[in-house]
Amino acid sequence: MADRPTDVNEKKGMSRRTFMKNTGLVAGGVVGGGLFGGLLTNQFQKKTDVKNTSTGKDSGQLQDARVFFTRAEDFDILSAATERILPKDDLGPGAIELGVPYFIDKQLHSEWGINAKEYMKGPFVLNMDTTGNHNKTRDQDNQGPNTETQVPTPTPRYQTKMNRGEIFIIGLRGMDLTAQKEFGAKFVELSPEQQDEVMRMFDDGQVELKGIGSQNFFHLLLQTTLEGAYADPVYGGNRDMMGWKMKEYPGPRASYMAQIEPEEFVKLDQQSLRDYQGH
Amino acid sequence: MVIKLDKVDVVIVGTGWAGGVVAAELSKAGYKVVGLERGKNQVRADYIGVKDELRYTNRYEMMQNLAPETITSRNYLDETALPVRTRQEMMAGTDLGGGSVHWAGATYRWRPYDFKIRSMTIERYGKAKIPEGMTIQDWGITYDEMEKYYDRWEKTAGISGEPDPLGDKRTNDYPNPPMMESPPIKLFKEAAKKLGYHPFQVASGNLSQGYTNPDGEVMNACMYCSYCTQYGCDFGAKSDPLVTVLPTAMKTGNYEARVGSYVRRVLHEGGKATGVLYVDDLTGQEYEQPADVVVLAAFTFTNNRLLMLSKIGQQYNPQTRKGVIGRNLNGQFNITFLGARGYFEDKKFNYYAGAGALGGTMSDFAADNFDHTNLNFIGGGGIEMRQYGEAAISSNHVPKGTPKWGAEFKKNSIHYAYRNLVVWYTPNVMSWWHNFYDLDPTYKDDFGDPLLRITNKYTDQDRNIAKFGIEKCREIMEEMGADIIDEDEVPYEFDHIYSGGHYAGGVIMGTDPATSAVNNYLQMWDMDNLFVVGGSAFPQFGGHHPTSTIGALGYRAAEGIDKYLKNGGQLVAGKMESNKV
Repeated sequence: MADRPTDVNEKKGMSRRTFMKNTGLVAGGVVGGGLFGGLLTNQFQKKTDVKNTSTGKDSGQLQDARVFFTRAEDFDILSAATERILPKDDLGPGAIELGVPYFIDKQLHSEWGINAKEYMKGPFVLNMDTTGNHNKTRDQDNQGPNTETQVPTPTPRYQTKMNRGEIFIIGLRGMDLTAQKEFGAKFVELSPEQQDEVMRMFDDGQVELKGIGSQNFFHLLLQTTLEGAYADPVYGGNRDMMGWKMKEYPGPRASYMAQIEPEEFVKLDQQSLRDYQGH
Repeated sequence: MVIKLDKVDVVIVGTGWAGGVVAAELSKAGYKVVGLERGKNQVRADYIGVKDELRYTNRYEMMQNLAPETITSRNYLDETALPVRTRQEMMAGTDLGGGSVHWAGATYRWRPYDFKIRSMTIERYGKAKIPEGMTIQDWGITYDEMEKYYDRWEKTAGISGEPDPLGDKRTNDYPNPPMMESPPIKLFKEAAKKLGYHPFQVASGNLSQGYTNPDGEVMNACMYCSYCTQYGCDFGAKSDPLVTVLPTAMKTGNYEARVGSYVRRVLHEGGKATGVLYVDDLTGQEYEQPADVVVLAAFTFTNNRLLMLSKIGQQYNPQTRKGVIGRNLNGQFNITFLGARGYFEDKKFNYYAGAGALGGTMSDFAADNFDHTNLNFIGGGGIEMRQYGEAAISSNHVPKGTPKWGAEFKKNSIHYAYRNLVVWYTPNVMSWWHNFYDLDPTYKDDFGDPLLRITNKYTDQDRNIAKFGIEKCREIMEEMGADIIDEDEVPYEFDHIYSGGHYAGGVIMGTDPATSAVNNYLQMWDMDNLFVVGGSAFPQFGGHHPTSTIGALGYRAAEGIDKYLKNGGQLVAGKMESNKV
């Protein structure tokens, strides 16, 4: 347990262990007398926890609250899963440290999360055997995932009545159920290898979910994890531009004219949208 | 209650390159012109400071809102088409300037062969070379006739480029010199030269220097900021209707662009268009805009759908193969732009830097520039390598065999972020009797009108030409010295993803009213005062990007509309049976 990537990240704010500790307080129901008191205590302690373990930088700390996920358990599974997709290693931070779970939470609360600009009129013809809900970039078949991931299907892909937020809830709870069925424990309690095993089952489309292929949910999770790691920090992920630093992406600039002709790689300091608009 | 407005000379549906060029030319000629745009008003200030990959590339900020209306899609006639629901799968431009505002800027004239593909194929290889069911046809206009319109549009747009060594006759050079040459472009060109090919710099709508066009519109030099494709230009340095033809039209005092105006019908009586019916997006108020001439210059999908909803022209029927509206659907799909991606261990490119149309290209395998006698396809296309300038979310390419997530994915995606290049092929896309547009029997828009339905499947021609192109791209990438080369796989079937915005046909140009909807002035055979301008007129897709051809057709149409307004009647005599299907 000690070497699990999320535990290593504890100092950086939100971590799985913090969540489990708090969840334990509520579930036990012994602290503060009754559920309501437990929740209050829990909220209080969580805030304290976050404050005490913060990095001391101002980036995103005030934004570290859920605006989409109501159940801490769901968010906890999300955090653990994104960290397995983009784990912390010697190259740099993982998904949790980058703020990816909060990024996803905010995205699901946005017009994108509720499919505000998608065609959502029926009838919905969902063929669970073949229909995915996500597309791919032009060369995705051969070059691995970009932000979008592919499912070969004979029909247009998104044919579920559910919006993306609903898909996430169904999917994350499905991961927990699968963890319990396969390993007899909650997803967040599994070893990283066991978590990977559950995630591979989703990736392969082996898990039955209501109204959506597990693969489709998983690809949505993959896509949003990469977006959270590398989108401008204004959206709550890519914290302190650590994703960009890791990749040596400089961020938005007025001009890269000086970098077009040189043969050698020019490493630039990272700048965010805030820097760019603040000119 | 429909409010009937005062009559104008010309009402134009759409404000992109097609509608913008027509608006500029006719308002300059003194006609009263109204342009209707379903999207919102946009000015350059809307693009300043919004260099945001997530918002524009991943969330499709500049694309049509699909909640009220989309298309449905299927491969085969016996299938039920399903709606293409998300903007990830269906991107069409919207707002003032249309899709032309978020284009990358790569500019190619189509070849003499593209305009006379049927007769030139028969002439060189015999009739048997065209497979049964392929409904390609000559446009009824030649490259030589199109040349002056291309030239005109290139000057208006301030295109920056150098001549193609294998190019066709040009009256003039591009108005501006080519863009800068980056190390990846040099690498591509050197490799292509070593192989005996004729590479050159992609002609670009990203301006290489400050420029004033013949209408007096001033454009700035490109800053190579990387935010071109799917973005509006921060600097007024990408040629689009917002910095060229729309201000030209507005300056005349004769043009009014009405945004938030969703056109539902072309109104007509006794074989003549009388105007259009549209709805104000913000108030729901319906208006009738009467006009002497109606111009449909919207996106291909909308041009087709409006004719069908308005019951103008005979709907194409694949069973009888008769009828013209909706015939010859074509475009660039997931079988186009296939090639080879190379990963380099000892090279690291400044690939975060670039511009939409910064690149190298060659025409050695374009059109009929190579002998097809022993090849199992006809047509060809350009081979291209572009340096768009990749942002961080999109630079996650990893060699084949890398897992899609986890530690190894992370390691490879970071290692190769600036160590990979892709070369692709952009072949002709032919038309077939079984690929067409009609109205969907089930799915409706917000007003209860049927959605446009697309039926599209691939043939051996598509798969063979793609395979040929991939092999050529691989050969070049090998010469470029990549350590790992991953070839694209040829998809067996169309995947219902409409992500490139290059969809055409359905209201096609020709010489025969039995197999075409418009004459070579884009005038409907069936309705003298209705002109349908844009990619919808392509009888088949040329071997490269469509924008300059759409711009050129805009000038051709404007000339025709002016003639019609002066003299009336059909501008071209139809030739029956010229292209037997």
